Amino acid sequence: MKIPYFPGCSLKTYASSFEKSAIASGAELGIEFVEIPRWNCCGVVSSLTSDDLMHHLAPVRNMIRVLEMQDACMVDTDNKMLTLCSMCMNTLKRTNLKMREHADELETINDFMYNEDQKYDGSVNVVHYLETLKEYGFDKIAEKVKVSLKGLKVAPYYGCMLIRPKEVGIDDAEEPTIFEDFLKALDAEPVEWRSKKTCCGSYLTVSKENIVVKLTSKILEDARSNGADVIITSCPLCAFNLDSRQELIRIQNPGFEPIPVLYFTQLLAIALGLDINEFGFANNKIDGIPILNKKIFKK
Amino acid sequence: MAVEQKMVTVYIMGEPQLVPEGSTIIMAWEYAGFQLKKGLGCREGFCGACATVYREKGDFKLKGGLACQTVVTDGMSLVQIPFVPSERPRYNLAELKPDINTFKELFPTIFRCVACNTCSKVCPQDIKVMDYIQQLKRGDIAAAAATSFDCIRCGLCALRCPADIVQFNAATLAQRLYGKYLAKPSPELADRLTEIDEGKFEAEIEELYNMSHDDLVKKYYSREIKIR
Amino acid sequence: MKKIVLNEKTLEFQRKVEELSGQNTAMCDQCGTCSGGCPFVEEMDITPAQLMRKVMLGQEDVLECDTLWICATCNTCTVRCPRMLDVSKVAESLRQIKLRDEINNLDLDNLPKEVLKELPQIALIAALRKLSS
Repeated sequence: MKIPYFPGCSLKTYASSFEKSAIASGAELGIEFVEIPRWNCCGVVSSLTSDDLMHHLAPVRNMIRVLEMQDACMVDTDNKMLTLCSMCMNTLKRTNLKMREHADELETINDFMYNEDQKYDGSVNVVHYLETLKEYGFDKIAEKVKVSLKGLKVAPYYGCMLIRPKEVGIDDAEEPTIFEDFLKALDAEPVEWRSKKTCCGSYLTVSKENIVVKLTSKILEDARSNGADVIITSCPLCAFNLDSRQELIRIQNPGFEPIPVLYFTQLLAIALGLDINEFGFANNKIDGIPILNKKIFKK
Repeated sequence: MAVEQKMVTVYIMGEPQLVPEGSTIIMAWEYAGFQLKKGLGCREGFCGACATVYREKGDFKLKGGLACQTVVTDGMSLVQIPFVPSERPRYNLAELKPDINTFKELFPTIFRCVACNTCSKVCPQDIKVMDYIQQLKRGDIAAAAATSFDCIRCGLCALRCPADIVQFNAATLAQRLYGKYLAKPSPELADRLTEIDEGKFEAEIEELYNMSHDDLVKKYYSREIKIR
Repeated sequence: MKKIVLNEKTLEFQRKVEELSGQNTAMCDQCGTCSGGCPFVEEMDITPAQLMRKVMLGQEDVLECDTLWICATCNTCTVRCPRMLDVSKVAESLRQIKLRDEINNLDLDNLPKEVLKELPQIALIAALRKLSS
């Protein structure tokens, strides 16, 4: 499968291990990520007022890029755009749904973008890598697992953007299970915990980081008290808030035990037997290697 | 047989002026009697001084162009923008790293970009301005340096940008970082610098300095240009 | 107890917010589920339910509350409202009324260099989008 791949602003820098492990694991499963040429920032965070069209330009422009890719036979999927970052998925999908519901607004946007070679018609579907993996079949993935993650207790962190609001979410907003199913396919043990859908504080981390520290310390302690070895996430911003703020939490609460925060694709790549050095853990502030060595590689 | 010069009407800052058809905007200004002291430079489309904002008859679009390169049309309405405010942060290139952090610190406004493409639409050099801002947002400095290569810093992009970004200053930094840190070093350049240091060309230069004007002219016009 | 007068002005404000948000705020029955689920409610000066109440009564002083800027658009309120009201859209509309008056909640000019250095781009872009105009 050759699918149009939308990276997002941070996937080449802060979250490069997310991208690398995703592409590598995809290759093992026969999913080729074809990066969308001339893609632009998704426009995070989705604009919610009824009259705003300007902030919907960015997602629509990316949809047109996908149509161009299909015209140029660069991919073999039908009207799909693959995303890794939960925020990108949410922003792109929300605009897409709005455009489908309001043909007049889409027309205005198409008119505004008269420099583009074609108009957008609402046909592209935004999908998240977890959905693609589910469609591939978690049982089929289980068969391809070379390094069992048995013994690793993983707290899956959904956050907000993956499951809310309901029309955009890739799973049930209150009782999502897709991460748990994914983890079971890798033999890992998903941990049941309350904070899996609690917001990490998102963009408040820029100028109100004390709020983020308060929230994330509760989330992280919840994970620890339920026995989690690591937390997995699908969003570079969640990863930043949960991972990078742990030092501040430890200053305020010296007894706090740091917990590694990984991208779900890093676990997938390990389970498929790929070399860790290929995709790296460089971005992760709290080192995940020791616990993985202890529980998986038995070093 | 005398050929009649066709004239067209051009609205310079709202006042109608009759100017010869086929004039550039600069020619139209000067034909109408204006003497431009600012907003005019090389007259060759290279310096970026003569940024102009204009509309054409029957077209709703607001356009940008260089006055020295844009030919007037009948009914065109225009004004020149001799200066665009564009303060830039002071930096020492030797102290910077060619990565995304440099741009987060020095040009954080690029993260306000909403991908509206207004900058690309107004660029008189047909540069994909929005594209290089997007490339900078994701940390691809080399790509941004290449995409922005033709920029002559006319300022029209910054003027029209709804997010108040000064695109061309960000492009300049990208190009400088690329040139200093990311471009492949040229072995030919290194060799030539060594030759110069060793004095290989001293005698030749001395000879030229001591030549008479006529001899110099003769030598200039009979020179060989080798194309490798 | 403060007396609240409903008149042309309050109605105009309520209508403005309803138009921007696309939500019929009169449907809110003040059950408080939104406040109960909001992860940031302890940091806010008024709760989400109180915010909705102020909008229903056309009280423009809601625009001066910190709540607007502490909301992180997590949508927990939206998915739980039994009246299917999109509470986060109401909060967004109130933010936009302020932002469109060029009143920013993020001072980009004065963000410390150390902060800018450590943030991933996604954080900066999202914050600029929601808290500045």
